[in-house]
Amino acid sequence: MTITLAGIGYRYAGASKPALIDIDLELGEGEVVGLAGPSEAGKTTLCLVLSGLAPRTVGGQIRGSLTLDGEDVDTWPMHRLSQRIGIAFQNPSTQLSQVTDTVFEEVAFGPMNLGLPRDEVISRTWAALSALRIDALVERDPRRLSGGQQQLVALAGLLAMRPAHLVLDEPTAQLDPAGTQLVGDAIERLAADGASILIAEQKTDLLASICSRLVVLDEGRVALSGPAADVLADPRLDGLGVAAPSPVRLRRAAEAAGANVARLAEAFSGD
Amino acid sequence: MAGSGRLSGRQPVGGGAPDFLGRPGPTAYHRLNPLTKATLATVTAIAAVVLGGLPGPILLTAGAVILPALSARVLSRLLRTALLLALPIAISAFLVNLFFFPGGSQVLLRIGPITATAEGLGFALEILVRILAISGAVTLFYLTTRPGDLTADLERRGINSRAAFVANASVQTVPAMVERAAQITAAQRARGLDTEGSIWRRVRGIVPIVGPVILGSIAEVEERTMALEARGFTRPGRRTLLWTPADSTRQSFARWLLLIALLGLIVVRISAALT
Repeated sequence: MTITLAGIGYRYAGASKPALIDIDLELGEGEVVGLAGPSEAGKTTLCLVLSGLAPRTVGGQIRGSLTLDGEDVDTWPMHRLSQRIGIAFQNPSTQLSQVTDTVFEEVAFGPMNLGLPRDEVISRTWAALSALRIDALVERDPRRLSGGQQQLVALAGLLAMRPAHLVLDEPTAQLDPAGTQLVGDAIERLAADGASILIAEQKTDLLASICSRLVVLDEGRVALSGPAADVLADPRLDGLGVAAPSPVRLRRAAEAAGANVARLAEAFSGD
Repeated sequence: MAGSGRLSGRQPVGGGAPDFLGRPGPTAYHRLNPLTKATLATVTAIAAVVLGGLPGPILLTAGAVILPALSARVLSRLLRTALLLALPIAISAFLVNLFFFPGGSQVLLRIGPITATAEGLGFALEILVRILAISGAVTLFYLTTRPGDLTADLERRGINSRAAFVANASVQTVPAMVERAAQITAAQRARGLDTEGSIWRRVRGIVPIVGPVILGSIAEVEERTMALEARGFTRPGRRTLLWTPADSTRQSFARWLLLIALLGLIVVRISAALT
């Protein structure tokens, strides 16, 4: 199960310059790829292109190709694509359907749209709720939940669709550390099941813990790309407006203070 | 597929649909099929207009709005909501008809160049009761019907899921916009906006609130559309329904009876007008 972008360029309707320029990216089966970069680097646009929403729903002009498991998906309608690629956005309130009275129905909304058998809808819904440990919220009105809870409900709705590929655009923006950990765990489980996942995220600690590769965008182009540990330790990261993860910052601070980093690392690891 | 393995975790005993889905409402009126309540609301609203005069709409409101609201135990909420909904239109319609009714001869009050006549007052009262009957009927439906029940029932009857969604979303939009307006008002007040004091100050205070409410709602529409697309909403064909509201032959008969009665009323009124 792979998803491949080749030579992707994208320009929003009426925009004077492209939002994405010559992007090549491949997500393999079970791979979690992180996407970082400063504001307006093109992270959300890349998520929209990868999910098929741009240009199908957003409009604009695209060049290059998007292939899914070897198939060219240019002519696929969105509802067909949505069964293969799921996308979660940053703002939870706009991801909720706003027409359901309970969290259970909200999570079931996507599978219901797919016309799946009723029992299948119900079992997928319970499984998704359970994966994010929000079973206790089933009877609550989704519009009355906190932002973090709404984000978990939106993610559960996405999981219930059981797409083979996932695109997550800052899914933990409104979550506390415990919620972020839950999402991280769910992503790792999905990847272990074979899903290929692209996650755009500002929290580099999360990226460091779940991603095998990392792509950093700057002004619509790939500025850095490679194994997550290497990219996150790259000194150019700060210049690109991306904060290094805590262990890297700690190591740098220790080095700057003249501490013996190797002995510190030994002490922290407990060896 | 992702999630097919490890995702299938904890489930409730039996793993079936939770018992709160489609849970019956608290009173017999709540438990009526949504289409029955929608038919009653529609027929009441149209009949109030067709009947005209004062006694007809008043009796109609008492029988088709107040009594059911009493039985559904929502009378006080109904009165509050229906009045709030109707007052802006009702007051302006009342004043316009009171002071500008053409051909009125029995002068009750004169303020400068404008006069209030007895004929104008009578007509204004007729308009007022019609508006209150319409607003009461709509509010009763809104207070006793869960939007999800309406959608499920419409879809079960073969109505396109998008049409059902629009019907449902329309009902849900009002409280969402009210909530957004309250948040924006609080935010603007925190930044020094004065929304209290003289009428002129209040009017000036509305401008920085209305703009963000409308623009924010428009901006959300695009994101919401994308989210719906990503959740397979545009897929052609029938959606799966988890439950459907109960219906009965008796209710179906009552709906037809209401519609026939309304049709009869319209015919009678037209023939009376023609003769």
